[in-house]
Amino acid sequence: MPQYTILIYEDEANWVNATPEQFRAVMEAHDAFTAQIAEQGGSIVAGAGLQPTATATTLRTNGAGSPVVTDGPFVETKEALGGFYVIEARDLDHALTIARLCPAGTGGVEVRPTIDPSQM
Amino acid sequence: MTVAGGPTVRRALDEAHRREWAFVVAAAARLARDLDLAEECAQDAFVRAAETWPRHGVPANPGAWLTTVATRRVLDLLRRERVLRGKLPLLVDPRPAESDPPVLEEATVFRDDRLRLVFTCCHPALAREAQVALTLRLVCGLATPDIAAAFLVSESTMAARLTRAKHKIAAAGIPYRVPTGADLPDRLDAVLDVVHLLFTAGHAAPRGDALVRPDVVERALQLGRTLRALLPDEREVAGLLALMVVTDARRATRVAADGSLVLLEDQDRRRWDRAGIAEGGALVVAALRGGRPGRFALQAAIASLHAEAPSAAETDWAQILHLYDLLLRVWPSPVVALNRAVAVAMVDGPDAGLAAVDALAGDARLDGYAYLPATRADLLRRLGRHAEAAEAYRAALRLTANGAEQAFLAGRLAGVER
Repeated sequence: MPQYTILIYEDEANWVNATPEQFRAVMEAHDAFTAQIAEQGGSIVAGAGLQPTATATTLRTNGAGSPVVTDGPFVETKEALGGFYVIEARDLDHALTIARLCPAGTGGVEVRPTIDPSQM
Repeated sequence: MTVAGGPTVRRALDEAHRREWAFVVAAAARLARDLDLAEECAQDAFVRAAETWPRHGVPANPGAWLTTVATRRVLDLLRRERVLRGKLPLLVDPRPAESDPPVLEEATVFRDDRLRLVFTCCHPALAREAQVALTLRLVCGLATPDIAAAFLVSESTMAARLTRAKHKIAAAGIPYRVPTGADLPDRLDAVLDVVHLLFTAGHAAPRGDALVRPDVVERALQLGRTLRALLPDEREVAGLLALMVVTDARRATRVAADGSLVLLEDQDRRRWDRAGIAEGGALVVAALRGGRPGRFALQAAIASLHAEAPSAAETDWAQILHLYDLLLRVWPSPVVALNRAVAVAMVDGPDAGLAAVDALAGDARLDGYAYLPATRADLLRRLGRHAEAAEAYRAALRLTANGAEQAFLAGRLAGVER
């Protein structure tokens, strides 16, 4: 089955002020989601939740020499990349059916087909 | 086979292109699992037809002839380019490959194939403008330069748009299939939206001097008829076809000989296409029957009431207002509310209509919509408030880029400035 990556974008402000209970509820939602992927006939290849962008360090190449190190994410956005799943699904419709179940708070998810090295 | 002369063959080719293009592309796509290759082979088949039909006559079944040539060409190219194509993403076909026979099947398969092509072109993962362009190219067979002309972009822009869209279908794995069950209503909605957009784009060209592009209108109507034949139980399909047929029945009178716009109330009703109006009326009945009517059914019912009125003065505005109330409930769009305001003016007088229009003035979704100030201007004119009407006509003029509409508004403006 082809692989798709589900990128989760959320407003980080929601996390900064989250209580431990709220945090636990979100973690449980993700646990439930991973179970639902299998129920939907897909499977998880990989996944991770990311620490907030305040902890990010960016290395940016500017043509010549070694990359410049800066504090912060590569792109500053209100809704930041907060985590991802790599899943296997039959086709885009199947991947979107699964992605619809993915918890993303008040934000949303982006679904991208993953490059298949055997087809390169 | 019948051996026929030049003009007859030309007509047969045009007819085959109009009727069979989607069949040929869809059949080729099933084998090729690549829309580019399918399009190329369909094109090749029509070129072959143009070469051989004048010499050997038009085949008894042009569609089968074209499909056979196109699918053979697919197989030929696939054999030759197997190694090269192994590296390209293929169309996701949910059916197992071994169930794909390399020869023609009975007609039911092609019906299904054509629908698969339509639903794939109108997949919500594609931008609306890409859906429209793909549908015109792959389903309707309009040439890229003609599509570019209809949407006022350069040929290279349109070609790039088509290439990008076809690439996304393959690379993102948009499945080549007809959606089922819970997915169907939304997906069908998207298809109907695209067809309606084609029709309106052909009927009121967004820019330029011509108000109507008959080629695009014809393709939209034909697509509507195809969908109606393929999905006879979908009432909104009947509704959309009714709306297009009834609107098109008035095509001849919408523009005067000098190219200027003629309002509904001023159109010569004797020149309306009675057969079209009758056909549309029957479709409206089918679309309204059984359950809550959809937005296309209601719009068609309104258009039908206008078309069936013996004169503008005898229009059943009370019934039209009632239909607008229902329409606003299923489709709470500010444009519908604006049209409803016109009906209010006809039933309760221009004062009431103006109040309804002004209630919409703050809606940001109508910003830049020329019909809002144009409607306001017309009501103010009828109330004798000429200075305010002139101001509203000028505002409408600033917002329209269509030559015929500009000329109409300028004429009305001159009328209230006198």
